[in-house]
Amino acid sequence: MLETGDRHSLGPEARPRLRRGVRLQHSPAHGGYVLLAPERVFKADAIAAAILARCTGEATLSAIVDDLATLYGAPRERVLGDVSALLAGLAEKKLLEW
Amino acid sequence: MVNAEPFRSPPAPLAGEGGRGRAAEPPGLPRPLGLLAELTHRCPLGCPYCSNPLALEGRDAELDSATWARVFREAAALGVLQVHLSGGEPAARHDLIEIARAAREAGLYVNLVTSGIGLTGERIRALAEAGVDHVQLSIQDSEADSADRIAGYRGAFRRKTALAAEIVRLGLPLTVNAVVHRANIDRIAAMVELAAALGAGRVEIAHVQYYGWALRNRAALMPTREQVERAAATVAALRARYRRQIVIDSVVPDYHARFPKPCLGGWGRRSLNVTPAGRVLPCHAAEVIPGLEFWSVRDHPLAEIWEHSPAFRAFRGTAWMQEPCARCPRREQDFGGCRCQAFLLTGDAAATDPVCHLSPRHHEIAALAAAQADRPYRYRRMPASAGA
Repeated sequence: MLETGDRHSLGPEARPRLRRGVRLQHSPAHGGYVLLAPERVFKADAIAAAILARCTGEATLSAIVDDLATLYGAPRERVLGDVSALLAGLAEKKLLEW
Repeated sequence: MVNAEPFRSPPAPLAGEGGRGRAAEPPGLPRPLGLLAELTHRCPLGCPYCSNPLALEGRDAELDSATWARVFREAAALGVLQVHLSGGEPAARHDLIEIARAAREAGLYVNLVTSGIGLTGERIRALAEAGVDHVQLSIQDSEADSADRIAGYRGAFRRKTALAAEIVRLGLPLTVNAVVHRANIDRIAAMVELAAALGAGRVEIAHVQYYGWALRNRAALMPTREQVERAAATVAALRARYRRQIVIDSVVPDYHARFPKPCLGGWGRRSLNVTPAGRVLPCHAAEVIPGLEFWSVRDHPLAEIWEHSPAFRAFRGTAWMQEPCARCPRREQDFGGCRCQAFLLTGDAAATDPVCHLSPRHHEIAALAAAQADRPYRYRRMPASAGA
């Protein structure tokens, strides 16, 4: 069985993606984005949604951080910290892999 | 339909100011998150633990796919995020693919709750393409002969395991729902091993809850206390052993618990259930409570039913509670337990669920939990006139 996500740490060349069965969905009723998974739902604020929308398995962590640092005009180190923390938490919940 | 339990809590925030806690509920009417769509009561299996009502609805009464599509759109607008396509056996509907596609197009997360019987490889591929996000497949045991005997259907086990392989091959996430009772509770480890071998990401050890057909078969299904205690130890050991491979969900079976289950996270608070004929219930067993007035999606928009129908208003909040619930510090945590169970066991739907150790009737639960009888199952069957 393929095991990704929790075997090795999240490096700059990792290409994070939502696991199959996990979906980012816009919900007008909830006024924003929600992350949907089997028997679980999470509310994604604007920043979390911006991060997750880029986790397609194509972009590297490094590219995602560059992109968001430019978009928000924020220091790269801080963006890297925020993104890494969110992605590690999601991998722990088995919602994301790389 | 076995044991679909829509989630009980509002969405947890992923990041930002909410930290690890739950998102704050806006004041006013709560927002439903889950919809149990009972597409049909028809089912080829006869499981004696089925929680469907004894009075099953026939094919002629079923909503058509266009009505389901409207219900899904109304549900999404109301806040529902996940739909559980259930039954009966949803695959008994020839228009299941169309229904699943409509649910996905409404923006809902589509969970297919199935026995697997009636789903060919070709059909499951079409369902995946139509937007089914996740499949929950029931198994009756780890051994074919016993599984088929419980299901009342020869060959069911072999067909289920073949279908599971196809689901996993397609990359669809799979949960195996293992319904547990006296005849198979000693094989929980083998059932988890089977689920893992089939490639499921998650397995639910679903202890039977006594509604509908299961209530009728209670003494034949009830595990002994020793079995329940062994099962709890087994599950703990399995969780450690399979930690990296499969998620194991299990709760203490009702009649052996100290506190009642917070039924669906509170009456009319998190979820709703639409019957094959279109009646909207706060939970799938609610029709056992006499005197409740249920409205139908044929006559009212879903939002109006959620807010105004007498059945949803009957036990929403805490104002209806009696002692010991009314002043209990856990009243907003377990909501007095299950209203249907309170009625079924005490005759009063507003009583404390007798599963709670604070209920004056709790001793009766202990007596029922100790009542085992090896009598033949009364299998779930449609009445001859219902057009099964």
